[in-house]
Amino acid sequence: MPAVLIALKDLRLRLRDKSAVTLGLIAPLGLAIIFSLIIPDVSAGEFTMELGVVGIEQSDLGGVFESEVIDDLDRSLFAVTEFDTEGNAQKAVDRLDVFAVIVFPPDIDAAVAAGGGEIQVITTNEAPISGEIALSIARQFAGDVSGVQLSVATALFAGGTDVEALAARTVATPLRLEVVDLETGDRQLDISTFFAAGMAVFFLFFTVQFGVSGLIQERTDGTLPRLLAAPIHPASIIAGKGLAAFALGVISMAVLISATSWQIGARWGNPVGVGMLVVAGVASAIGIMAVIATLARTAEQASNIQSVVAVVLGLLGGSFFPVSQGPAILSKLSLATPHAWFLRGLGDLAGGAGPAAAVPSTIALLGFAVATGVVAALRMRSMVRL
Amino acid sequence: MEEAATPLLVCSDIRKTYGDLVAVDDVSFHILPGETYGLLGPNGAGKTTTINIIAGILDADGGEVRVAGQPMNPRATRAKAAVGYVPQDIALYPDLTASENLVFFGRLVGLSGTTLKERTREILELTGLTSRAEDRTATFSGGMKRRLNIGIGLIHSPQLLILDEPTVGVDPQSRNAILESVDAMANNGMAVLYTTHYMEEAERLCDRIGIIDDGKIVAEGTQRELVEKLGGHDKLHIGITGHGQPAVNATAMLDCVIRVSLGDAAMELIVSDARSSLAEIVNTIVETGAEITGIEIEEPNLEAVFLHLTGKALRD
Ligand SMILES: Nc1ncnc2c1ncn2[C@@H]1O[C@H](COP(=O)(O)OP(=O)(O)O)[C@@H](O)[C@H]1O
Ligand SMILES: [Mg+2]
Repeated sequence: MPAVLIALKDLRLRLRDKSAVTLGLIAPLGLAIIFSLIIPDVSAGEFTMELGVVGIEQSDLGGVFESEVIDDLDRSLFAVTEFDTEGNAQKAVDRLDVFAVIVFPPDIDAAVAAGGGEIQVITTNEAPISGEIALSIARQFAGDVSGVQLSVATALFAGGTDVEALAARTVATPLRLEVVDLETGDRQLDISTFFAAGMAVFFLFFTVQFGVSGLIQERTDGTLPRLLAAPIHPASIIAGKGLAAFALGVISMAVLISATSWQIGARWGNPVGVGMLVVAGVASAIGIMAVIATLARTAEQASNIQSVVAVVLGLLGGSFFPVSQGPAILSKLSLATPHAWFLRGLGDLAGGAGPAAAVPSTIALLGFAVATGVVAALRMRSMVRL
Repeated sequence: MEEAATPLLVCSDIRKTYGDLVAVDDVSFHILPGETYGLLGPNGAGKTTTINIIAGILDADGGEVRVAGQPMNPRATRAKAAVGYVPQDIALYPDLTASENLVFFGRLVGLSGTTLKERTREILELTGLTSRAEDRTATFSGGMKRRLNIGIGLIHSPQLLILDEPTVGVDPQSRNAILESVDAMANNGMAVLYTTHYMEEAERLCDRIGIIDDGKIVAEGTQRELVEKLGGHDKLHIGITGHGQPAVNATAMLDCVIRVSLGDAAMELIVSDARSSLAEIVNTIVETGAEITGIEIEEPNLEAVFLHLTGKALRD
């Protein structure tokens, strides 16, 4: 199998060339660990979101929130405490007994009936991620209930209460958020897993780039004519490059999944489902990077364009922050990236779902792979000529 | 016996164009087993393009190539297996060691197991790289890379070895070693196709030579046959200072001068009889104001043949 020979040769070269190891393993692992370390509410690999609520028994809207949201929260991830007053809740946040509080004011029902109304979220700088999550939950709920305004109050820990700063941080959130399915949103992907997966899929695009750009490398090394003169079919040269990229991608993902599970307590979910997502995700990354490689004249040019595309897709696809918390347009746009589908698929697997939960995202990823793969393969035929 | 041998390589009317440029213009020749054939021509003559078509790297626009009876094209794996190809530019993986390079390309041409091991060892020895076998080729000198570059083409003991200007950019010592090993391989019965723009290499190595210019083979034969094409003409090398072009124009008008070209502070002339025409030529040059620094009557050689046939010097 000449394609296998070429792929093995490329793997050997990439392992010798430290940059592949750096981008494929060290950078994503390092960043995932750093991100998870700056989150204070991760301890011993177990993440529990301590959420406080105020006023859910005293209003109809609060009752809806309790039955539709609170009761559905994953108990292994969320611990919910009720407070009788906002003041007590604020003190609990200051003591970090809870990391964030969602407040339903006593007049909320009347306000909503009159077309207004606010849900407040109390957060603290000490637990920014939990604050984001509480905000996300409240926003999604507010989006459901037309006319409800959301305001945020951030308690400054140890600094007393600066009223002006507090007021400045109170934002009226526009209510044009789409309601994201609370069952399968980022909400269920715990923070360690989110960062582990986000970094892994982000750097995956850089890792497969080494495999894909191998064809341009053969040209610059002058070895392409020699491969073309060998008694092998020209297509096996392309196949070899694809195989090398695939192996690099899968190996780095496998190592990252094991390392983050062990190091920062990431929970990736059902192994078969994760395997499907990884294989489809790697294939989509190869397809996209290969198309770019066929557009570039030199290896350097290819790698520059590939880096830009990898970063843009990573940001857009939610590798660094959950896009579903952003404006609806961003959330829609993110679906044009494999990253978003990969993370969504993992979200669908979270909470112990079987492999079937990952099928829609896997199909979407394979769609990327096939579409770009066909274009790349057609264009590459002209690259295995002089 | 020699006449009865079937050619190992047959090229018939191969042709390659790049837009308006005809890089290879209906080139035909053949090589017998054990024969060393030289393609001699200046840069841009079409040597590499011809060789790439013969090695099945490039699709020809017309004509046919057969190697060991098999038609050659980019998908012809059977024909390619008979060929050892040494590209003009170094084709090595800098991050692999010498033996890793050999083993990879050896596997690619179908070697394995003890044969591959044995051949790798032999090639390392042949190229004098045994002691550097486990070093990355990035650390090699230019000459060492050149030697390994050739060695890889030999790994599967091909019936036809194709060498594209293997001595370009090589120091004289390595160059000599390369020429000697090519000679040795030809003596072992391998057919060799050798391209060069160095007349001396073609003269030294090749049984037969095709002179190629502007994509066409303008003459072919043994060195003796080619020199006879000069038809008893002589070659004059006249060193001059000052403007050469008027001297070239003036001498070109003389009846006794067949070809004349201007080189670096020197003129090259093909003349019908050097002895009887020398005085007339010298006078003509001096009258144009150029100063003569030296005169040589040269043995007829391939350089003279090339000048005679094309009106150009082999090297610019
Ligand atoms: N890929 C190409 N595209 C356009 N022109 C080419 C290409 N390859 C070679 N040529 C042209 O064809 C001619 C023959 O080139 P080449 O075969 O490399 O000559 P040589 O090897 O004798 O120096 C030259 O004029 C060269 O510029
Ligand atoms: Mg050439």
